[in-house]
Amino acid sequence: MRPLLQSFLRFFTSLRLTVVLLILSMILVFIATLDQVNLGVWAVQQKYFRSLFVMARLPGTDLAVPVFPGAYLIGGLLLLNLAAAHAYRFRLTWAKSGLWLTHFGLILLLLGELFTGLWQQDSLMRLDQGATKAYSESYLQTELAVIDTTDAKFDDVVAIPTAALEKPGIIQHPKLPFTIHTVLFYPNSNLVMRSQVPNAAPPPADQGFGPQLVAMPQRITYKQDEQNMPTAFVELAGPDGRIGTWLVSTLLTELQSFTLQGRTYELMMRPTRFYHPFSITLLKFSHDRYPGTDIPRNFSSRIRLQTPDGRVDREVLIYMNNPLRYGGLTFYQAGFQNNDQTSILQVVRNPSRLLPYVSCVLMGLGLVIQFGIHLTGFIRRRTAVAVGAA
Amino acid sequence: MKKSLPFLILLLGVVYLGSTLAPPANQTEFDLRGFARLPVLVDGRIKPLDTVARTSLLVLQGRQRFVAPNGVSLQPVEWLLDVFFNPAVADDYQHFLIENPEVLAIFGREQGNQKRFSFNELRGGLSELERQMRLADPVDEPMRTPFQREVAKLYQRVVLYQRLKQSVNLEDSPDFFADLQRFQNLLPAGIAAVRAKEAGQPYNEQDYKAVMDFASRFQFMSESGYLLVIPPEAGNPDVNGWKKTGDALMDTFRRGEVNLDVLVYAALGRAWRLKQPRDFNDGVKAYGTQLARQFKPQLLKCSIEAGFNQAQPFYSSMVLYVLAFLLAVISWLKWPETLQHSAFWLLALAFAGATAGILTRMWLEGRPPVTNLYSSAVFVGWVAVALCLVLERLYKNAIGAVAGGMIGFGTLLIAHHLSLSGDTMEMMRAVLDSNFWLATHVVVITMGYGSTFLAGFLAIIYIFRGALTKSLTKETADALTRMVYGIVCFATLFSLVGTVLGGIWADQSWGRFWGWDPKENGALIIVLWNAIILHCRWGGLVKQRGLMMLAVFGNIVTSWSWFGVNMLGVGLHSYGFMQAAFYWLIAFVASQVLIIGLAALPRGRWRSFQTQSA
Repeated sequence: MRPLLQSFLRFFTSLRLTVVLLILSMILVFIATLDQVNLGVWAVQQKYFRSLFVMARLPGTDLAVPVFPGAYLIGGLLLLNLAAAHAYRFRLTWAKSGLWLTHFGLILLLLGELFTGLWQQDSLMRLDQGATKAYSESYLQTELAVIDTTDAKFDDVVAIPTAALEKPGIIQHPKLPFTIHTVLFYPNSNLVMRSQVPNAAPPPADQGFGPQLVAMPQRITYKQDEQNMPTAFVELAGPDGRIGTWLVSTLLTELQSFTLQGRTYELMMRPTRFYHPFSITLLKFSHDRYPGTDIPRNFSSRIRLQTPDGRVDREVLIYMNNPLRYGGLTFYQAGFQNNDQTSILQVVRNPSRLLPYVSCVLMGLGLVIQFGIHLTGFIRRRTAVAVGAA
Repeated sequence: MKKSLPFLILLLGVVYLGSTLAPPANQTEFDLRGFARLPVLVDGRIKPLDTVARTSLLVLQGRQRFVAPNGVSLQPVEWLLDVFFNPAVADDYQHFLIENPEVLAIFGREQGNQKRFSFNELRGGLSELERQMRLADPVDEPMRTPFQREVAKLYQRVVLYQRLKQSVNLEDSPDFFADLQRFQNLLPAGIAAVRAKEAGQPYNEQDYKAVMDFASRFQFMSESGYLLVIPPEAGNPDVNGWKKTGDALMDTFRRGEVNLDVLVYAALGRAWRLKQPRDFNDGVKAYGTQLARQFKPQLLKCSIEAGFNQAQPFYSSMVLYVLAFLLAVISWLKWPETLQHSAFWLLALAFAGATAGILTRMWLEGRPPVTNLYSSAVFVGWVAVALCLVLERLYKNAIGAVAGGMIGFGTLLIAHHLSLSGDTMEMMRAVLDSNFWLATHVVVITMGYGSTFLAGFLAIIYIFRGALTKSLTKETADALTRMVYGIVCFATLFSLVGTVLGGIWADQSWGRFWGWDPKENGALIIVLWNAIILHCRWGGLVKQRGLMMLAVFGNIVTSWSWFGVNMLGVGLHSYGFMQAAFYWLIAFVASQVLIIGLAALPRGRWRSFQTQSA
């Protein structure tokens, strides 16, 4: 038992393992960078950096097999290796203080990336000039919102993630007097008026806009400047049987409403919404260019931040390199649309955002101390040689 | 004699460097220097006409030197004067660089000795060029074939030339100044005719036609002109007030009189065309004095910039770097001490020249040293040479001078090739417009690049001297190992801190610390590689030769991160696809692999260490 434990320890504390892991991570980063040309940055992150193994399909089959360790595995082993080395190999001495600091900073950095991966939430807030919003929208995820508008005073919304529609099965919700069943689903699609496609197959949808439209499946896009536009045909069924089939798509910006048992419902597929306990009004968006050119010089949004209780009501200018931080969220000037009439703010919640700052200081300091020790040793030896020679 | 040689060489170097500051001998009686310093606004920046002339020549023909058909070599600004004011002559100037045989075929030509063509020589094929451009236009830049890319390049060159011709004078006007006078005289009657016609009253048909004809020509000039030549009216300091000549002329209908500055340029053009140096010089002088009232700081900058262009400090540094390199290499064979000293001082002088160049650029731009790929190349070399000077001071074995000369020359050569795409002092896009982060993240990361390269080149010296010569003694080998190790430590520190600072910038401006953007990954790979070298060394996994091989591989890693990732054409940091540079990158990587292979030869095949172990 003992020799086994020892060889186990020796393996996990060894510098060889460190070097192997560093080389593996370098190869991983290199390949992932090249693959961005095909997959785009989002898919690459999932495939290489948010995974234990990089999977690849066996040619000719649908079988995915691990071909390379993913960042979670390499990072986890690196953490283990570091922790083990420090527990068993390094002594806490002044001569090694630089190494301790650097490695501790590195641990924080790796953990910070892990936490960011787990907890960070990104969304976008699209604001037309003068408009007010209390929610931001996901740029990858979408949802099917079923809105009960019977009561004029408020809307009762049930939001179903589109990912749930993709899976086979029947969706039920206690607030809804009907079930939802996906008949057909396209992760990315295009909609065309039926009148323009004379020989299209008969519509799966018999309610709402569905009968007038033809949905065409499109290739899933990974490009950073393009978005997937899912379309689903959903069949609603109540206790008395089938109610009808609707076409829902993020391409449809109009609501489709229907009544059932005296209540009015509206259907809409839209980017997943995140609601905030405050609202933001876009007062003015400015887009400055350098004189005589189209080179952007600055984008800025003057906004008004308000809470419902009236305690916060102020104007803020958000511009490049100068975001608004409020309520655990950070608002960045991310883009614009619509002939400079619409400003796009990126909204980020990242509870671990300060970790990299701490680790930067620790690692920088650690390396300066470590190399400083080397340097003074080197200089002392040189002067000793010079004195000896004299 | 031998003792004073270093001093003598340094003195010669200083004289050479000093001579570049002297103004060029004016071969003509025209005040070309005065004209070269006149400011115009273009690409968002006020710059002297000298810079416009030089960058235009670089874009059109790949070099600043221009030789007229009669064999006389022209100053860039002389060339520009002919383009502005003597287009009939300039149309015969061979300044369109075409190297692609398929593009030559558009003009019914075959590849021969001639590489540069005049506008008149291309005239016949221009409509076909335009058709090819229309075909290439919908294709995304990275997806274009080499032919399409060359077509687009030539098309842009032709467009630039045509726009330059319309910037100050109307090309179709043989005497623009007389034309403007005619226009000024016609104006009251012309405007009356237009007003009368609009009101439905009887009007003078001839005046109406004449004034409308001017209007349409000025409109064309305003649409096709390139430079914002005409300064804002007195008392208006807003940079947005600069105008194209065409726009200033269109304003005449509102103001009732022709803009004076337009007339000044037209008069300069007439004097140039009719070869009347006195009128030309008086005009330049008077215009300069008048501008100085409102634009004194801008004029000073333009004047310094024109002087900077003329002196070409980076070019002189390149020459000195080569000399320092040669002296240092020779010092290993003969007169070690004397030549080592000389090489050190020449290297220091070249470094001083490059420093002066960088400082001037920083002052002109009001920015930290690195703002784009071009300036990063200059700065990478600067950092590496600075470290080499320190090494040379410590070790006095000419190794620092050899490495410094090599890297200094190489990086400036790369910078020269990067400058061929136009003005290297571009305005910063909104995202990058932060002097604080440019001064910290970008500078620190570039220092990381420079030091990683330096470690690699020191390792190359070790490998070449060890494997190919008998000159690598145990002492030199140990000294080189210490140097490489020290520089790798330095590189690790700077690339790590620089990368993390970049993450913090990204967190500040985009909301994520790390986004796996190609350029970020490139920086991370450099950090990882330096960490690998250090851990291999500490763990005793490599000895001297292994360390050297790893350091040479660092050159591959750094060159990929520096240029390779830009060639992917994705991500926030991509500055455009660089086709030609790709082959150079491949060649460089191949050369480094060969050197690593050389180092991997069994020790018995090395010419040094035949008796000792390493």
